[in-house]
Amino acid sequence: MTSKPIAVRKHDSFLVRNRKSGGMLLRQVIRKKSGVLLRTLMLFGLCFLILQPILDKISVSFMMEKDLYDTTIIVVPRNLTTENYELAAQLLNLNTSLLNTALISLATALLQIIATTLAGYGFARFDFPFKRFWFACVILVIIVPPQTISSSLYLHFRYFDVLGIFTRLTGGPINIKGSALPYLMLSATAMGLKNGLYIFMVRQYFKSIPQSLEEAAYVDGASTLSTFIRVMLPQAVPILVSCFLFAFVWQWTDVFYTRLFLPTANTMYLSVRLSGLAESLRTYVSTRLGVSSPSVGYIMQMISTGVLIMIAPLLVLYLFAQRWFIESISSTGLKD
Amino acid sequence: MSIIKKRQITIRSRRALSGYLFIAPFLFGFLVFMVRPMIQSMIMSFHNVTLSAQTGITHTPVGWGNYLYAFTIDPEFNQLLVDEIVRMVTHSLATMVLAFMIALLLNQRFKGRGLARAIFFLPVILSSGVLVGIETNNSLIIGMKELIAESNNMNFGTTLFNLLSTTGIGTQTLEVVYDLLSSVYDIVMAAGIQIVIFLSGLQTIPRSMYEAAEMEGTSAWESFWMVTFPIISPLLIVNMIYTIIDFFMKTDNLIMEKIHEEMFINLKYGYSSALSWIYFAVAIALIGISWFIIHMGVKRYD
Repeated sequence: MTSKPIAVRKHDSFLVRNRKSGGMLLRQVIRKKSGVLLRTLMLFGLCFLILQPILDKISVSFMMEKDLYDTTIIVVPRNLTTENYELAAQLLNLNTSLLNTALISLATALLQIIATTLAGYGFARFDFPFKRFWFACVILVIIVPPQTISSSLYLHFRYFDVLGIFTRLTGGPINIKGSALPYLMLSATAMGLKNGLYIFMVRQYFKSIPQSLEEAAYVDGASTLSTFIRVMLPQAVPILVSCFLFAFVWQWTDVFYTRLFLPTANTMYLSVRLSGLAESLRTYVSTRLGVSSPSVGYIMQMISTGVLIMIAPLLVLYLFAQRWFIESISSTGLKD
Repeated sequence: MSIIKKRQITIRSRRALSGYLFIAPFLFGFLVFMVRPMIQSMIMSFHNVTLSAQTGITHTPVGWGNYLYAFTIDPEFNQLLVDEIVRMVTHSLATMVLAFMIALLLNQRFKGRGLARAIFFLPVILSSGVLVGIETNNSLIIGMKELIAESNNMNFGTTLFNLLSTTGIGTQTLEVVYDLLSSVYDIVMAAGIQIVIFLSGLQTIPRSMYEAAEMEGTSAWESFWMVTFPIISPLLIVNMIYTIIDFFMKTDNLIMEKIHEEMFINLKYGYSSALSWIYFAVAIALIGISWFIIHMGVKRYD
């Protein structure tokens, strides 16, 4: 194009311009468009793969049982009903278990944030003997699967005792398994689910804040603690919010610690009730309706409804707080 | 005497003391709820542990008995362990590749990029805890899946498998490929955090690097291997370790199921502790190996 100037006018049609460029323009456009098409197809497909189970559950949860076997019904239910939600709520003991789950998740998330922020700040800003060793322990906490220590934790809380105090008072170790106490203790000491990860994230964040801020506060005569609370904490709000959200969400769906600490049969905890939903549906059906066992499709339908009930609050949370979730992860991956 | 020097020491030791106060909750928790149970479970793994209402916990020493039992007598443990390791290696490699590809796609400018990123991160929130197991653990649903597979021969995966097995490639490799194809869903669900980490790495690469490479006459393919990959490669270690840990801690993992079953259904506390220590050792070894391999690969670009 440059060696022999060809007059290209703005109002030339695409074909004319293409001819003038010797077919280059068309090829370029085709290459660009096909790249975009391929990308769109791939992203759409993968996104659909992720969303499809949720959409499928939504459509199934509004169907009546007979709609499941009707081959002419694919996505849109013919007999719209909210019966499934009512029954699922009843089987999940929704009010109690939702309240319990929310309370435990909130309390543990709060305690975990306090403990991990303190530890993260300590590791980011202070020099003390054996610091590297203790930080290696944080990494160890991330790596050790909780299953490795689960059996002895279980026994620890089953026969709970602090320095023999309870043995003196009540004549034997006490069983605090089955209450919220084990959760709170683990959370307050930064040993809850994935807490090592939060310590790591908070430490990375504090390290990225310039030290001159604190030095200015020290020069003005602030103590270590008040510098931390009044100068550093306001700076760290984004990472605190995102760690809080992660702690809350992961506790909400957690079934590992819940199975460990709460007796499984009649626990009013959402994740436990959900994992036992098929069983409770079977007993419900056989006692109320006199049918020996519910059909497979019906069980699946109820489980879908239960899952939807359980994730609905999380979805709403994610909708509004999506930024906090993602940005904290992207900021920690880079440093160090 | 030198007051100043004394003062300096006190300031430093006061800083050290504050540091310890800040990490005190963690230290307490670590010692009481991590080190102590770890030692206990280590001890338990060398004992037969029985519980009773009258006597509480009784330990009967068996030496390496539990470990020997796991490897030589237990009919399913060896098989489960090998299966899990193979699955872990293939899945985490596939997760890394897929996460990297998606991150590359999301790094381009187009409408709805934020939405796509949000959707890819969604599994991090939704596929945790009980929600992972609920669909795979239910035996009824598995039964129904088999029923569907039997009645419906036009299943895409099986058709493809049959087609591919006529080409004469070893069935071993085909089985791995087939396994990966049928678990694309699991892989995408496990890739949320890795995608975001890769993406944030990609966004730090300045445009001028690519422009410089283009001026030197590299093709897009070459500039990927010369510019993008070396800059991203440190993140490979972070992501690989994260993927492996994530895989090992999943509750729908077969070994996890077995440990849980031995502990809470068969009430063999000692044996299940031994199993979880074996499992932990394997996890550490695999993390070490993959760290070493990637580390060697990364060093070459420095």
